[in-house]
Amino acid sequence: MIRRKREFATSGGTPVAPSYGPEDLPPNFDLPPAGEFPFTRGIHRDMYRGRPWTMRQFSGFATAEETNRRYRYLLEQGQTGLSVAFDLPTLMGRDADDPESEGEVGKCGAPVSSLADMETLFEGIPLGSVSVSMTINSPAAVIWAMYLGVAEKQGANVAALRGTLQNDILKEYIAQKEYIFPPRPSMRLVTDTIEFGARETPLFHPISISGYHIREAGSTALEELAFTLRDGIEYVEWALERGLGIDEFAPRLSFFFNAHNDFFEEIAKFRAARRIWATIMRGRFGARDERSLKLRFHAQTAGCSLTWQQPYNNVVRTAIQALAAVLGGAQSLHTNSLDEAYALPSEHAATLALRTQQVILHETGVAKEPDPFGGSWYLEHLTDELDRGAHKYFEKIDEMGGMISAIEHGYPQAEIARSSYDYQRRVETGDTVVVGVNRFKSGEQQPIDTLHIGETAAGAQFARLRKVRAERSADAVRRALDRLRNGAEKRDNLMPFILEAVKSYATLGEICESLRQVFGVWQERNFTV
Amino acid sequence: MNAPVRVLVAKPGLDGHDRGAKVIARALRDAGMEVIYTGLRQTPEMIVNAALEEDVQVIGLSILSGAHNAIVPRVLALLREKEMTDVKVIVGGIIPDEDARELLAQGVAAVFQPGASLDAIVASVQQAAGMARMAPGRKT
Repeated sequence: MIRRKREFATSGGTPVAPSYGPEDLPPNFDLPPAGEFPFTRGIHRDMYRGRPWTMRQFSGFATAEETNRRYRYLLEQGQTGLSVAFDLPTLMGRDADDPESEGEVGKCGAPVSSLADMETLFEGIPLGSVSVSMTINSPAAVIWAMYLGVAEKQGANVAALRGTLQNDILKEYIAQKEYIFPPRPSMRLVTDTIEFGARETPLFHPISISGYHIREAGSTALEELAFTLRDGIEYVEWALERGLGIDEFAPRLSFFFNAHNDFFEEIAKFRAARRIWATIMRGRFGARDERSLKLRFHAQTAGCSLTWQQPYNNVVRTAIQALAAVLGGAQSLHTNSLDEAYALPSEHAATLALRTQQVILHETGVAKEPDPFGGSWYLEHLTDELDRGAHKYFEKIDEMGGMISAIEHGYPQAEIARSSYDYQRRVETGDTVVVGVNRFKSGEQQPIDTLHIGETAAGAQFARLRKVRAERSADAVRRALDRLRNGAEKRDNLMPFILEAVKSYATLGEICESLRQVFGVWQERNFTV
Repeated sequence: MNAPVRVLVAKPGLDGHDRGAKVIARALRDAGMEVIYTGLRQTPEMIVNAALEEDVQVIGLSILSGAHNAIVPRVLALLREKEMTDVKVIVGGIIPDEDARELLAQGVAAVFQPGASLDAIVASVQQAAGMARMAPGRKT
């Protein structure tokens, strides 16, 4: 029966044999322990015994004040790190009162239009001791400068700050599409932050090279793996070109993957990612420092797997996906809330998502041994297949002249669009089962309470912005923005100029506009759908 | 018999998550329609102008960010202003039930929430296009 066929392949379409045995391992099969090259089994010898993964729930909504309250609540509930969600205007480098921001302020995250908002966001939260991850890309350098500004004001030692800036612009062109400037000036900004970070904030991760959004856009596990690691290669090449030594910056590169439904395929993906990265860093780039070889990653359960129908099923999906991330050796983890097909999570749903991680860590016992499935014939086979498949993509992208050229040709975008359409057709035919959506449907809608963000958040944000603009020195702002534009026209590292502008309370929108004047903007060509 | 249905698939607002818009655009094309995809970050003005220029019967709006209550009424108002009320508007995305009811009351032809089937969406666009063609004063 056609309908059953697809069940005997991974979600990415790799055929799965009826069973695997020792004959499926390569003849020279070798699996060094966790903590040893190529780190297939994990980056630390003792893994979670030494240090459990960081439970880091992504959150932000309405205003900086409300988000600050949610952060304090989450820390009280035992969350071990913060992860900031910014709203769409902020992600696109626009102030809240920009006409293009209408209807979007505070909807998908917290609005941060100036240093004043960043001060509010972290009020009463000591940045010297909490590690903070910030999901921001095109305007990442500006938001990071605001963060450093607040840390400094709090009296924290900037050189000791821990945290992560997402700052991965390539996957924006490929998948999530939150870009402002064209790829090359954007890559310069990213390289500026990597260089600045290597010198000034040696414990901070200036970039989190992300497959998450590539997968959410509809890619297969293999495409997620291959495009993400190839993006990583691109960032390394730009930093080397800048004159940095590989071991000066590579230890601070970090990654971010999706934890999706196909349990063993996902675990295999995380293992393959570590092995491929270690091999590339040593072989292609000559890294010597062991820390440069280790792929550290954050995982988030798959938002796109959550269903609007029968939302309580999402708790189950998320728990299993989170388990795959833990068995795959994640360094930090976000678990989605059951109501996220509807809205940003309610406090109740967000707490349940955090509890899911706490149950996995403290009750299931899976964190006692690194890579407990290592050596499974099936898992090792899947790991090898993904490793081989990723290298085929690398060859293809290298032939195209690298990732930027591939993006300009629309190559990864087209691959993902094809995979997402194939998936949707399989859901349509019932070939791929989505419980509660195309099978096991129940007539009644399960009622859930969801978070609603009204327009009052925007009003409050406008008032704050007016106050900031009235109280700052217009002269200082103008001088700082002039210097920034000058620097952008030359080849200077822009971080010091951005820091100066931010500290003068120039707004995010003003700073990004200054850069737009020099860099221009990016418009995706309309590739055929 | 009939010329193919012409439909504009548009992605308004600042959001860039275009997976849904692209899947829908391709499904409509596979169903034999002529599909114009606007690309990202289209203002209501740009969308209505494109609908006029491309002479479409249906506009499909994909909105996931929560900005639908600000964007959709402006598209409808512009269509009225330009006397293009024969063009039907269909909205897809993360639209809460109460907002969906409100949008329908304002004149949106259909709202599709997460998990909607491609077949249902295709049928709805066909039906809306049929209504558009019967509208008085329509030339095509």
